[in-house]
Amino acid sequence: MNRLTSFLTSSVGRKLLMGLTGFFLGSFLIVHLTINLFLFASDEGRTFDTYSEFMASHPLIRPLEILLFAGFLLHMVVGIWLWWTNRDVRRERYAVSGASENSALSSRIMFVTGTIVLVFLVVHINTFFIQSRFFSTGKTMYELVSETFANPWGDAFYLAALVFLGYHLKHGVQSAFQTFGLRVHSYRTLIDWLAVIFWLLIPVAFASMPLYFLWAHLTGGH
Amino acid sequence: MNFTLKIWRQKSREAEGGFKTYAVKDIPPDASFLELLDVLNADLIRKGEEPIAFDHDCREGICGSCGLVINGRSHGPHKGAATCEQRMRNFRDGEEITVEPWRAKPFPILKDLVVDRTAFDRIMLAGGYVSVRTGGAPDANAIPIPKPVADEAMDAAACIGCGACVAACKNASAMLFVAAKVSQLALLPQGQAERVERAERMIAQMDAEGFGACSNTYACEAECPKKISVTHIARLNREFIRAKLI
Ligand code: HEM
Ligand code: FES
Repeated sequence: MNRLTSFLTSSVGRKLLMGLTGFFLGSFLIVHLTINLFLFASDEGRTFDTYSEFMASHPLIRPLEILLFAGFLLHMVVGIWLWWTNRDVRRERYAVSGASENSALSSRIMFVTGTIVLVFLVVHINTFFIQSRFFSTGKTMYELVSETFANPWGDAFYLAALVFLGYHLKHGVQSAFQTFGLRVHSYRTLIDWLAVIFWLLIPVAFASMPLYFLWAHLTGGH
Repeated sequence: MNFTLKIWRQKSREAEGGFKTYAVKDIPPDASFLELLDVLNADLIRKGEEPIAFDHDCREGICGSCGLVINGRSHGPHKGAATCEQRMRNFRDGEEITVEPWRAKPFPILKDLVVDRTAFDRIMLAGGYVSVRTGGAPDANAIPIPKPVADEAMDAAACIGCGACVAACKNASAMLFVAAKVSQLALLPQGQAERVERAERMIAQMDAEGFGACSNTYACEAECPKKISVTHIARLNREFIRAKLI
């Protein structure tokens, strides 16, 4: 095996891939949220639609989309690989589990929270991306968003998914810093605060959108 | 004190194992967990039954021989103590206590509560040493080492290699053990000569032995009888990245 592949397939190397792709996906969350915040501009979605149009048509965005998709794929493939090999090492289970006394639940169910996020992503990408890009719905993105979020069941699904994303990141952010070897005593507080942005602030900001449109729908605002 | 013990019995590496229940009576609260097993074994021998096999040596928390999963916790409920240092006063009178061996694929069970931990020895052989001649003890002032660095190295050196970290980890990862060994030498001048290969070789051996990858659950730190911090794992990761980039 050459040096790079032996590095990246080692246990620590695979974890580094998880951390790097995880951070890359985290950076995407920031971009995605920033654009979505234009939903709140009180201009009947004009600014938001302009951005959607730009994202759908600009030639530089396509390679970025492919990169993002590859990032997700790598994160998932390595995640499943780690989960599978780690499970095999502990085939013989303990009769009594002390896990709840020595570790956080969020750290033990990364595969579960990740898989739930994946299920959400499939539905989410179909609802907005596939519909608008490959089928002519005749609606602007803003109309599509406000219609989708008028459905309380759809909103409940969104909010639940965001809880799991937050939980994934509650462990994930500090875990990635640990994997990179940066979670040393003097940085712990800084890392914990940075993590709050990802596991609390960003999911709450995303959650405000379905809630806003549901409220608008119920009060006849749109 | 009286206890009901559910203990894992297994005749050999290949044999099927299972739990057997034993009642033990009149145990002094200051008895250690191993002394509790001694009392039970003496009783079993008197009755002509096979005594329970378990590892032990120093019985003062410094050799790393002992190691039992007691009610789901490596080395039992009392933090920062090896099985031999657990006192029965930390349990409730009349409590049912489940006793299991370390469970991990790279630590096969040999008999009852005894597991084969030679995987750790092979990791040590891969790089957990200094082969440069260090000569006799040098003058204390000849190689100045700042106190905080010496302390940090000493904290890592406290690892007794018992395997509690592997036993506690949901992935049976050996990262805390390897981290302690690598960290201790990476911090000191004597360890510099082989610093790069050490991290590389010990992790390669750890993977070859079949230990799982670290998920940073930090269960290892919580269960370590020497309270070795996961900051040593962060250092191991840095050492490994550095080794691979040089
Ligand atoms: C926006 C989406 C996502 C983000 C931002 C994200 C972020 C992260 C981060 C930062 C980590 C920590 C890496 C480390 O410990 O070094 C992580 C771990 C993990 N992720 Fe994700 N993730 C996302 C989606 C997913 C999906 C869809 C899966 C589906 C399989 C997944 C599975 C995992 C697993 C299994 C781990 C733990 C690996 C281990 O330590 O054993 N993640 N994620
Ligand atoms: S018997 Fe030596 S550490 Fe417990």
